[in-house]
Amino acid sequence: MTDLDTFRQETRAWLEENCPQSMRSPMKSDKDVCWGGRNFKFQSEDQRLWLERMADKGWTAPDWPTEYGGGGLSREQHKVLLEEMARIQARPPLNSFGIWMIGPAILKFGSEALKQQHLPPIVRGEIRWCQGYSEPGAGSDLAGLQARAEDKGDHFIVNGQKIWTSYADKADWMFALVRTNPDVKKQEGISLVLFDMETPGVSTRPIKLISGESPFCETFLDDVRVEKDQVVGEVDKGWTIAKYLLTHERSMIGNMGSTAAGQKTLAELAVDAVGLEDGKLADPMLRTEIASWAIDSIGYELTAERAKDQAKSGQGVGNVSAMLKLAGTELNKRRYELLVAAYGSEGLLWEGDDRPAGALPQEWLRTKGNSIEGGTSEVQLNIIAKNILGLG
Amino acid sequence: MQKLVLTEEQQMLKDAAQGLFGEQAPVSQLRKLRDEKDPLGYVPEFWNHAVELGLAGTLVPESHGGSEFGHVGMGQVMEEGGRTLAASPLFASGVLGACALILAGNDSQKEILNGIADGSHLTALAIDETGRHQPLRVATKAEAQGDGFVLNGSKTFVVDGHIANTLIVSARTSGGERDESGITLFLVDPKAEGVTVERTIFPDGRNYAKVTLDNVAVGADAVLGEKDQGSAPLQKLLDIGSAHLAAELLGLSSEAFDRTVAYMKERKQFGVYISSFQALQHRAAHMWSELEQVKSMVLKAFMALDAGDEQASMLASAAKAKASQVAELVTNEGVQLHGGMGMTDEYDIGLFMKRARPVQLLLGDFRYHADRVAGLKGF
Ligand SMILES: Cc1cc2nc3c(=O)[nH]c(=O)nc-3n(C[C@H](O)[C@H](O)[C@H](O)COP(=O)(O)OP(=O)(O)OC[C@H]3O[C@@H](n4cnc5c(N)ncnc54)[C@H](O)[C@@H]3O)c2cc1C
Ligand SMILES: Cc1cc2nc3c(=O)[nH]c(=O)nc-3n(C[C@H](O)[C@H](O)[C@H](O)COP(=O)(O)OP(=O)(O)OC[C@H]3O[C@@H](n4cnc5c(N)ncnc54)[C@H](O)[C@@H]3O)c2cc1C
Repeated sequence: MTDLDTFRQETRAWLEENCPQSMRSPMKSDKDVCWGGRNFKFQSEDQRLWLERMADKGWTAPDWPTEYGGGGLSREQHKVLLEEMARIQARPPLNSFGIWMIGPAILKFGSEALKQQHLPPIVRGEIRWCQGYSEPGAGSDLAGLQARAEDKGDHFIVNGQKIWTSYADKADWMFALVRTNPDVKKQEGISLVLFDMETPGVSTRPIKLISGESPFCETFLDDVRVEKDQVVGEVDKGWTIAKYLLTHERSMIGNMGSTAAGQKTLAELAVDAVGLEDGKLADPMLRTEIASWAIDSIGYELTAERAKDQAKSGQGVGNVSAMLKLAGTELNKRRYELLVAAYGSEGLLWEGDDRPAGALPQEWLRTKGNSIEGGTSEVQLNIIAKNILGLG
Repeated sequence: MQKLVLTEEQQMLKDAAQGLFGEQAPVSQLRKLRDEKDPLGYVPEFWNHAVELGLAGTLVPESHGGSEFGHVGMGQVMEEGGRTLAASPLFASGVLGACALILAGNDSQKEILNGIADGSHLTALAIDETGRHQPLRVATKAEAQGDGFVLNGSKTFVVDGHIANTLIVSARTSGGERDESGITLFLVDPKAEGVTVERTIFPDGRNYAKVTLDNVAVGADAVLGEKDQGSAPLQKLLDIGSAHLAAELLGLSSEAFDRTVAYMKERKQFGVYISSFQALQHRAAHMWSELEQVKSMVLKAFMALDAGDEQASMLASAAKAKASQVAELVTNEGVQLHGGMGMTDEYDIGLFMKRARPVQLLLGDFRYHADRVAGLKGF
């Protein structure tokens, strides 16, 4: 038996013992997601227990080093863990911008003190983070951001406004891009800073989305004090880190293109909704479109896997995250269009407790943001054209 | 799980193939074969070089003089050949012929593998009877006569039919015209009485033929595999063939794309390079992204075939479907972005479009394989 087989056996046994029964089914809606944080209200004792047990093993951040609370797993082991979780349909114990975005940036660029301070609470789901990048005047042109941080010796005073800040009203800390030097080329005067959302001068105002929900906010920063030791990397050198973080964010958003383990595939859902005739989906045109989607989705998943394998073998193409974000998000939008088509008018029922497709209309609308957040599809195409194809 | 990257040996084979095709079979060679209506349809000196490099026997077992290097390796050769539109018996003999014999041949039939590996024996697979690929639709009949059979029917779109030493023919020994069972594969000598092979001309200038069988008598030893049970090995063979055609499409699409991007960087209009227009940049970036998906799918299909993975059929069909779709996109855009130049025979870009379409259709186009993927996935 290989080490990996042993790891699989042990993991399987541990999950069997520790994953509460109610955490072994696909989430029914966004409300089942565990985000953690100071003010998080657990849906159930099982949800709390599941987070606590997984965090104890470091398996909320399986590939982070153990010294910061992570699982210290190799890529192969990480894959095994995900496979074993999928086998019993275990829910992700924690969704976290800390794990997906700021954590990797701190790991790579942060001081030892920052790592010690911030990484363990992220792993444990104790601190919830939000991302302060976009501003009213700086969306696609992110480097044009204006939030100003003035040097006051041992600290900065920040003034400005952020927008589209997902979950700013629920987050405990923010990682934000601020301008520390207005007199140089726009990319060269930016710093990445961290501050507590309870700091005086920070306020948020929720924005309602087309789906009717309000997961993001305007965030106002008025004379907000940020300690100098809360700068990730060097002052004025935040742009590189910001871009590194974006590649993580893009992989994560692009990943919506894949069907999560345990989730029904588009084809299976369509069969539920439309039915089979002689073994084929009863609507032949819909069947064609879903087959075409299924083929593209195989292509996307394999490409995401190949990108990781290549990176590991040192043959990585730079900027694959742009391509994966583009392909994954466009795929996810198509998936929801096809779901709406499959359920027909029943799928668009906006309210009610026993809608055949549940919150499909809201989910469908939410996917429209996938090709905007984290850099729009057009921006990804620009990156590919410029950086990979050398077109200009 | 196996990593989706080439091993060092596979990469070496790819590099060797690239060198060979680039030097011995550049696009200009295909153009010359086409212009001169070359009777063979390939250049024997080039084929000899390819054989010396061992390419013809890449899939042939070592016991029969091959290198048994696997589909991933052979796929790299097919892809590189696609880049230069190289005409050779590699696909019909080195892939289809070799694998048909490996899958279904008895010991004495497998002797042909030695000839395939050393380049002396060419084969052609004769299965399609209508313009669209429907491998189960077999109207060609094989009726028992004495120890053997008598074959009647006709086949079309037979790659390398007119140069083959052996035809591999599907015929019906029982059942109705579209039944899965009742199909038998035969090895037929094209020189046998009653066999007519007529070369047909296609836009790509490559070798295809119509084969007519008029009371062709064959012995019992001509049966490849089991009587009535031909569709199972045939389907496996078609999976393999589809994956290799997908690789060829990937190669020709990648080359057409590279040439288009290069053209955008040298053509000036409105006082600037046309590569500076965002409307064109986004189309190029989209094509690049699509080509990356094809690369992953083709590689995975080959790995699944080599591993005998139960998903291999589905992955091969998905790869052929996507490669066909993307080849159509890239070759159309290639001509479009070359403007008037793209419409000229003198410029090579049109040759890629004219090669792509027959390869897309061969062994089933996007629609055929998308339907198959849906079927295999149970919807
Ligand atoms: C659901 C959601 C969640 C978000 N969460 C966060 C968050 O947590 N934190 C945060 O900081 N931000 C967040 N954002 C903001 C997001 O990053 C921005 O919306 C995005 O970068 C686009 O900026 P914009 O909205 O200003 O659009 P604009 O930049 O104004 O773009 C408008 C249109 O013009 C196109 N365009 C712009 N520039 C170019 C160009 N050079 N070439 C071609 N086309 C171009 C765009 O593609 C787009 O279609 C979120 C956005 C959404 C939708
Ligand atoms: C079959 C045929 C018949 C013809 N007959 C005649 C005729 O009888 N008389 C005659 O005078 N001409 C004729 N033409 C020429 C025709 O008008 C030109 O080919 C056409 O105007 C394009 O110019 P071009 O070939 O130089 O391409 P280019 O201008 O070099 O274009 C190359 C590519 O760049 C794109 N491109 C160029 N500029 C831009 C831009 N600003 N933004 C975005 N994309 C851009 C184009 O759309 C094209 O895809 C004929 C052409 C063809 C194909």
